[in-house]
Amino acid sequence: MMPNSRSTDSRPDPRRPEFSIAHLRHVPRRFYRRWAAAGLILAVFGFVAHAFATGQIEWDVVAKFFTATAIMEGLVNTVIMTVLAMILGIFLGVVFAIMFMSPNPVLKTVACFYIWFFRGTPLLLQLLLWFNLALVFPMIGIPGLFEYRTVAVITPFMATLLGLGINQGAYTAEVVRSGILSVDIGQTEAAKAIGMTRLTTLRRIVLPQAMRVIIPPVGNEVISMVKLTSMASVIQYAEILRNAQSIYYANARVIELLIVAALWYLIVVTALSVGQYFLEKHFAKGVGGARNRPRPVERSL
Amino acid sequence: MNTPPMVVAVNVHKYFGSLCALKDISIDVAKGEVLCVIGPSGSGKSTFLRCINQLEKTDRGAIWIDGELAGFRRVGDALYELNDKEIARQRISIGMVFQRFNLFGHMTALENITEGPVTAQKRPRAEAVEEALALLNRVGLSAKRDAYPAQLSGGQQQRVAIARALAMRPKLMLFDEPTSALDPELVGEVLAAMRDLARSGMTMIVVTHELGFAREVASRVVFMDEGAVVESGSPREILVRPQHPRTRDFIAAVLK
Repeated sequence: MMPNSRSTDSRPDPRRPEFSIAHLRHVPRRFYRRWAAAGLILAVFGFVAHAFATGQIEWDVVAKFFTATAIMEGLVNTVIMTVLAMILGIFLGVVFAIMFMSPNPVLKTVACFYIWFFRGTPLLLQLLLWFNLALVFPMIGIPGLFEYRTVAVITPFMATLLGLGINQGAYTAEVVRSGILSVDIGQTEAAKAIGMTRLTTLRRIVLPQAMRVIIPPVGNEVISMVKLTSMASVIQYAEILRNAQSIYYANARVIELLIVAALWYLIVVTALSVGQYFLEKHFAKGVGGARNRPRPVERSL
Repeated sequence: MNTPPMVVAVNVHKYFGSLCALKDISIDVAKGEVLCVIGPSGSGKSTFLRCINQLEKTDRGAIWIDGELAGFRRVGDALYELNDKEIARQRISIGMVFQRFNLFGHMTALENITEGPVTAQKRPRAEAVEEALALLNRVGLSAKRDAYPAQLSGGQQQRVAIARALAMRPKLMLFDEPTSALDPELVGEVLAAMRDLARSGMTMIVVTHELGFAREVASRVVFMDEGAVVESGSPREILVRPQHPRTRDFIAAVLK
């Protein structure tokens, strides 16, 4: 009774002139400095674009070589190598992450050494080591059973795949490990309590939930891998940059061919980013809300 | 009384580093009995429960489940630790319900319940689904079969967790403070599901602060403090006329 009557009394009287503004128009805040900044950036961008357009670049050469056969072959080789090296890297990453977290000290030590070695030496050096493996072991195989000449087995393709994939595995192992750590220990205990073994628990309960945490950094690494394949040009793997170089060694159109390669890298990376969006959406299953994943489509609207 | 007890714990000790979490615990639980374990936090009651299904390894003493030594194999004068697979097999016959539910977050309510029977027990999926639907019905959640845990209230999650444990057709159910993480108005629905289960003759060990539930449902109550059993007896003996001053203080503090 009392609080009711008091709150009624304390309401502003709309008849008083200083409160009778409810009919006035609301004007949103204006961002003058934002417009100024945008104008400045456009000017800088226009200047740079003009510089490139009028610089020593033959844009029709760019257009001509954009879909040249050698460039297309290089593109295919780049994409194939990215896919295969990432498959090898993710496989090794999962295996070594599980080994690293195993209660078995032997497995743990092996995983620790693997991560230490392949993260601790430059990728370029590892590629050169794989490519020159024949200098160390002229023959590989199991003596008496089967043996091959190393130079015949370790082609530029094999050396690149082993170099990139094994190096990637060392990084992915850490990503997978952080993903596994992100899953609440209660999930593991509940899985044990319904009679699951350690490995079944990992496969059925922990890894599927770790994926949500693992996929954004792995997506980042796939994108990184697209560009790392260019390093294989030093060991004669015919990826897109190496093929672009072969062309400009012949016709001396260095910048034009580098632009062709750059455009293709951008196209591949953009396509992969879209794929990552849908993959993240799939693994966000059971996690309420859209907070945890990027929504490029909605955000750009 | 001739049937062997479901659980026999003899001189169980557990250490966390230098901390003695369980001091010489010896408890029998008969088949069909509902044992409520009460005591202040840190008294070792959850640790004891976790030792029963080997989420913690006992450092001394032994536990038998339905006549089978848990976690070890006796050969002559020594107890040999079982491997991962053998321990997993022993856990199948023990259901456990956790304070924080621990439903599998990436699975629907139905998938949570069928996961154990299909993956751990290798039972046919169709049969597991049929049984899971019956269990969901039993805990009053048929409408939530396709909901993910994040879409359920705490009380609903805990009832699904009970159904998940029952899907393994356990002979023993362990409850680790099943209502402590719930909003007060949701406690009743979980206790009701547990009461039904007790009436069906399930052997249960319940760690709880719900003294009303203990008084109504328990066949025996154990009061633990500082890793040891202080006293045990009928609900009336422990909750109404406790002998030990520590029990009296604890009950007075909970009821206040």
